[in-house]
Amino acid sequence: MSTVTTITLDNLPTDTPARISAVDWSQLVEEEARRLRALGLDVGAVVRVEHRGVLFGRDPLAIRIGRMMVALRRVHACAMSVEALVEVGA
Amino acid sequence: MSRKRSAALVGNPNAGKSALFNALTGARQKIANYPGVTVERKAGRLILPSGEPVELTDLPGSYGLHATSPDEEVTRRVILGELAGEAAPDVLVIVLDASNLEQHLVFAQEVIALGKPTVVALNMVDLAERDGLVLDPQVLAQALGVPVIPTVAVRRRGLTELAAAIAEAESHASDTPHPRAHLDMVERRVEAQAIASAAIISESAKHRLHSRVDRVLLHPFIGPVFLFALLFVVFQAVFSWAAPFADGLEGAVGILTEMVKGHMAPGLLRDFVTDGALAGVGSVVVFLPQIIILFFFILALEASGYMARAAFLMDRLMAGVGLSGRSFIPLLSSFACAVPGIMATRSITDPRDRLTTILIAPLMTCSARLPVYAVIIAAFIPNRPVGPGGMIGMQGLVLFGLYVIGIVGAMLAALALRGTVTKGAASGFIMELPKYQMPRLRDLGLGLFQRAWIFLRRAGTIIFYVTVVLWLLLNFPRAGQGESQVDASIAGRIANGIAVVVEPIGFNRDIALALIPSMAAREVAVSSLATTYAVDSSDEDETAHQLSDQLAKRWSLPTALAFLAWFVFAPQCISTIAVTRRETNGWKWPGFMLAYLFGLAYVFAGITYWGAIALGL
Repeated sequence: MSTVTTITLDNLPTDTPARISAVDWSQLVEEEARRLRALGLDVGAVVRVEHRGVLFGRDPLAIRIGRMMVALRRVHACAMSVEALVEVGA
Repeated sequence: MSRKRSAALVGNPNAGKSALFNALTGARQKIANYPGVTVERKAGRLILPSGEPVELTDLPGSYGLHATSPDEEVTRRVILGELAGEAAPDVLVIVLDASNLEQHLVFAQEVIALGKPTVVALNMVDLAERDGLVLDPQVLAQALGVPVIPTVAVRRRGLTELAAAIAEAESHASDTPHPRAHLDMVERRVEAQAIASAAIISESAKHRLHSRVDRVLLHPFIGPVFLFALLFVVFQAVFSWAAPFADGLEGAVGILTEMVKGHMAPGLLRDFVTDGALAGVGSVVVFLPQIIILFFFILALEASGYMARAAFLMDRLMAGVGLSGRSFIPLLSSFACAVPGIMATRSITDPRDRLTTILIAPLMTCSARLPVYAVIIAAFIPNRPVGPGGMIGMQGLVLFGLYVIGIVGAMLAALALRGTVTKGAASGFIMELPKYQMPRLRDLGLGLFQRAWIFLRRAGTIIFYVTVVLWLLLNFPRAGQGESQVDASIAGRIANGIAVVVEPIGFNRDIALALIPSMAAREVAVSSLATTYAVDSSDEDETAHQLSDQLAKRWSLPTALAFLAWFVFAPQCISTIAVTRRETNGWKWPGFMLAYLFGLAYVFAGITYWGAIALGL
C-alpha cells in the first residue's frame, strides 16, 4: 500500500529507516567519497538519521548505519538518494 | 635468527587498538614520528611465550588500503613495505571490534588477502556480550582462514593466546589460499555481512544505552549547554587545580636556587646558573601542572567517546571559517596554552585543516598573557563601574575585550589562510561517533606521561638554550664604571635597533628591551620591565613592587594600549614556535607563523597607538 518515495538523505525525517538507492559521487570530493564508502555509506545500505546538529541549518547529521553512528555534513547527505522503508509522515 | 622479528597492529579506528597495544607492550613504548610526516609511530616490545622479544608497532587506524588521510597512507605503506627506513612487519595483527564486525571485516579481508602471516584479535568481546552479542571465534577463523583470538585488552584477557598465535603465524602462512583476493570493496562488504552473521551465535537488541545517552548529549539545546558546562569545569580545573602544583614547582625552583647560591661563590657563573638556567627552565616547568590537567580531561573525553560528540556539536560553527568540528578542541586547549593545543591537532585528519588550526592557535589568549594584561590594565584602565547599574567593571571589560579580539582575529585569520596558503576544497566532516566507554586509568596515565615527557623534553630543551642565550646577551659585554649593565649589553644594543623599528607604533626603548626576553615566555615581559625600572631607580624595594605606578608615570595611554594590542597577536613564545616546528616537520611553517603574527601585531599596535592619539587619549 505504501508507495516508495525517493528523497535525498538530508530531507529524511529523523528516526526513519531508509535504504540508500543512489549516490551521486560526482557531487563529492574523491577523498570524501572514498571515506563515505569505507564507512559503508553506499547503495543498498540501510540508514537512519538519529541527530541533527545545533545552531543554524541543522548541520551536521548523525547517521546510524549498522552498528555504527557516523557524522557527516548536509553536502554529503544531499548526494545520497534514499527510499524510506516506512511511510514518511505516517 | 639474527634480525629482530616484528609485528604490527592494524585495524579500523575505534577497534580498541591502542588499549590492546598498551596491554601487550606495557609502559615501555617508543614514540616518534614516521620519517617525513607528522604521523606518530608507536612501538613497544612484546615478549613471546618462548621469551623472544618482538617489536610491535601500533599502526594508525585505517578504513582501507586506499588512503584518504596521512595516517592511512602511513598504514598502507608500512603494511606493503613501501615506507623507506621501515621494514614491513613480519606478522600483521588485525584488531576487530567484536560488536561491529560487519564494518571491521571489510578492511580485515583486504589485509588478509595480501597473503602475509596474519592473526586476528577479536577485541572487546566483553562489550559485545554486554550489548547482547555472542560470537563464535571458530566460525570466524574458518571463514577468514587465519587464527582468531578473542581478547579483552583492558582486562588482559586473551593476551597470552594472542602472543602464542603471533609466534606461530610466520610458520604456517604462505600455504594458505586467498580465495577473496580479487574482490572489490562492495563485494567485500557483502561478504563481511555474511561472515559476521554466520559468526553470531545469539543476538539480543540491548544496545539502547548509547542511543539514550546521545538523546541528551546531542540534543539541539541540552547538548551545547552540557558541552559548555563541561568546558567551564575543565577551565576552572586547569586554572585553579593547577595553581598549588605550579606554586609548589616554583617553590622547588626557588629552593634549588637558594641551594646553588649557598654552595657557589658569588659571581657570573653563579648568576648564570640561577638567573639564566634555573629561572629559564623554571618558567616553563611551572606550566606542567596545567598541561597535565588539560590533557587528563582531553584524554578522558577522547577515551569515553565524548570528544567526537563535541566535534559534532561545534562543526557548524567551525565550518563558518572553513574548518571543521575537529579543530574545536585544539583551539579550546590553546586558551590554556598553545603548546598542548598544537599537540592536540594530531586528531585532525585533513592536513590543510590541521595546518590552519596550528597557525591560528597562538591567537587564542593563553594563560601566559594574563600577567601582562593584568599589569597594564591595573596601571592604565580606571577601575570604574560601567554599563547598566554599574554591574560591569571597566577593567574586566577590557580584559574580556582582549579575549574577544583574539578569537575574532583567529577566525578572520582562518578565513584568510583557507583562501590563500592553506587553500583547497572546503574540508568536510565525516567522522565515526564511537560507542561510549569508561576510560581506563592505566591508559590515561600512560597517555599523560607520554604527553608530559614530550612537553618537557622538546619544549624544555629549546627553552633552556634560548634562556641561556638571552642571559648571555643581557650580561655581555660587562658594563664599565657608571654605565648600566643593560645599556652595555648586546641585548641593550639590539633593543636600540628594535626601538627604531617599534617607535612608529608608540613603543619606547624599555618596551623594546622587554620584548627580547619575553620571547622565552610572554609573562617574562613583566619581570623584565620590573627589572629595567628597578635598575634605574635608586631605591629597589620601592619600585619592584610598584611596577604599575612606574608604568603609569612613564608610559602614555596610547603606548599602553598599543602594548596590549601587540600582545594579542605577537607570537611571543619560543615553546610555541618549537612545537610548531616539531608538528609541521620543518622551519617553513613556524617561519610563516612568526612573520604573519608579528606583522599583525605590528599593524594592530600601530593602529591602536595612532587611533588613540587621534582620539585624544
